[in-house]
Amino acid sequence: MTQMNMVQAINSALRHEMKRDDRVVVLGEDVGKVGGVFRVTQGLFDEFGDDRVIDTPLSEGGIIGCAIGMALYGLVPVPEIQFSDFIFPAYDQIVSELAKFRYRSGGEYPSKLVIRTPVGGGIRGGHYHSQSPESLFIHVAGLKVVCPSNPHDAKGLLLASIRDPDPVLFFEPKRIYRAAKGDVPDEDYTVPIGKAAISREGKHVTMIAWGAMLYEALAAADQAAEQGVDCEVIDLRTLWPVDIDTIIESVKKTGRVVVVHEAPKTCGFGAELIALINEKAFLHLEAPPVRVTGFDTPFPYTLENEYLPLAHRILPAVLETARY
Amino acid sequence: MAQPSLTETGASAGHSPSLDPNASDVIRVLRDDGTLDPATDPKLSDDAVVALFQHMVFVRVLDERLVTLQRQGRIGFHIGSLGEEAAILGSAFAMRSQDWLFPCYREFGAALWRGMTLQSYIDNMFGNAGDPAHGRQMPDHYTARAAKFGSISSPIGTQITQGAGFAWAAKIKRDDLVALVYFGEGATSSNEFHNGLNFAGVFKTPNVFFCRNNGWAISVPVERQTASETFAGKGVAYGVPGVRCDGNDLFAVIKATRDAVAHAASGKGPVLIEALTYRLSGHSTSDDPKAYRKDEVVEAWKQRDPLVRLRKYLDGRSLWSDALQSELESKVDAEIKTAVAVAEKKPQPSLESMFDDVFAELPWHLKEQRAQLLAGVRAKGH
Repeated sequence: MTQMNMVQAINSALRHEMKRDDRVVVLGEDVGKVGGVFRVTQGLFDEFGDDRVIDTPLSEGGIIGCAIGMALYGLVPVPEIQFSDFIFPAYDQIVSELAKFRYRSGGEYPSKLVIRTPVGGGIRGGHYHSQSPESLFIHVAGLKVVCPSNPHDAKGLLLASIRDPDPVLFFEPKRIYRAAKGDVPDEDYTVPIGKAAISREGKHVTMIAWGAMLYEALAAADQAAEQGVDCEVIDLRTLWPVDIDTIIESVKKTGRVVVVHEAPKTCGFGAELIALINEKAFLHLEAPPVRVTGFDTPFPYTLENEYLPLAHRILPAVLETARY
Repeated sequence: MAQPSLTETGASAGHSPSLDPNASDVIRVLRDDGTLDPATDPKLSDDAVVALFQHMVFVRVLDERLVTLQRQGRIGFHIGSLGEEAAILGSAFAMRSQDWLFPCYREFGAALWRGMTLQSYIDNMFGNAGDPAHGRQMPDHYTARAAKFGSISSPIGTQITQGAGFAWAAKIKRDDLVALVYFGEGATSSNEFHNGLNFAGVFKTPNVFFCRNNGWAISVPVERQTASETFAGKGVAYGVPGVRCDGNDLFAVIKATRDAVAHAASGKGPVLIEALTYRLSGHSTSDDPKAYRKDEVVEAWKQRDPLVRLRKYLDGRSLWSDALQSELESKVDAEIKTAVAVAEKKPQPSLESMFDDVFAELPWHLKEQRAQLLAGVRAKGH
């Protein structure tokens, strides 16, 4: 075990897998000599050379399009998109190509990459360095979507993602890149894709969160406990395919649900989660499910702490749901 | 007699990309009199030329038969290569056995040349259970991995970047391999052309970028795609050398492609080839080109039909005859009729198969949706 932050844990996963599997290559803007703008790939260039840790031209469509071709050849590319706000030039390649290759070719051409990209706000980055576009990828048939909340899960999920046969969008919550610390095993391990974790057990209200907002949900749960409301907090870890069993089991126990996410409310992942809960646990519900989310506005710079669903906005929603 | 115009607008050079295959920079081998220019002759064996001609006839007859099947309502769609057979077959022929092709959607002739079976292709046209794409895509969106031929999608140009990445991976692995990427001149306006050529240029990937300049992107002519004088010239900004060849001259296409393969395989980086050809048919069976182009230009290009020109060469060397031609056409027609009859008897893909291959393993939500479909009411005709 080694104490690490998220950046160190992800770096450790990349190094581990690049040593174990020489098909793994890292490519993207500034991932080489400088080690990435968040230093996630630091040291890999010196260790593995410029055939495997590749600084590319400044073009997300080129990075992902070429990575798909590399994957078709038999490499396992782990491209980095510097901020998930910049992923859209590559959207066509991800949505129409990467996600569809296996299906459209009758299984002849599985094309697998892990796209790593920092996500979310809280770093004073304004609209173009703060968004959470996960639902735009969850909606697309053929993609898996992952978002860890701590160093242990970050390393284990990244190793699982690289070894998974399907394309994975690996969202890294940049607000907690260095703030989230914890023990990380030195030996080989994976955290399975598709399995949520219960971060806090409780019996009155189920809170569902992931990434950086998990800590806001946990803070709100602590405050709610002082008022006699006992929250269960689920850290989804994998957004898609979501761990529906863990969610439904919890909702059947509590009958009350609060979903928290940074992305805008309308058609955010919370909408799908609540639709699933309605389909599968409607008669167990004691209160209308609630969403505490970003607003349907562009991500604001100065007022980002008003936009984000922080604990001060989650707590009233939890109390209201508990007392409904 | 004045040469009939081969360009739609007749716009002067410098304002419109030139389609004139007689321009001085265009690689040509096959002369109008049916003889070859010894300076550029790729020196093919007679057997090879006859085999290529036979395949071009096969592709031409197949094209015509598929249009008929579509008009009869037996298949839903076809996107053909009428008039572009020399560009497609010549380039495929020039590739080495270890090399790969990344197709656009008009190169079924290349896939068949490289070993995709006629039955596989026809099964794809019918979207039946034998279709290598399992009925999941529309006609002409097949897959033929064994032929080292990529999977086809409709979005324009996406294969350009993928082909660059594929060749780049081969270079990283120190494998002796070239990837040829097909696209039309319209695709040179797409993001992917610029991304693909830029990455390929920077990393000196072993690629041949093969642009079939067939004059049209559905109804939009070449002068609406670029203000460049040539499409080959669009490689300059990316450090990718461009060459133009007469795309209706089988020998010129082979010469240009072989040279490009040798260049790319020797580590010197990619080459952009612009093959000057002409789409004699509509864009697809869904298109009516009479709405946007002049019959006399089409007629002028029919005079430069790659099959007619190659036949003239073969006749000059007594390698072909009318008897052999009608024998070949009958044989090909019978083969196609048999494949169509077999395809029409094959069942549709199973209902369950709709959910396979979205992921390597079926996740819970697809299991649920599959069960709902199987338990539900069938659509009309199922």
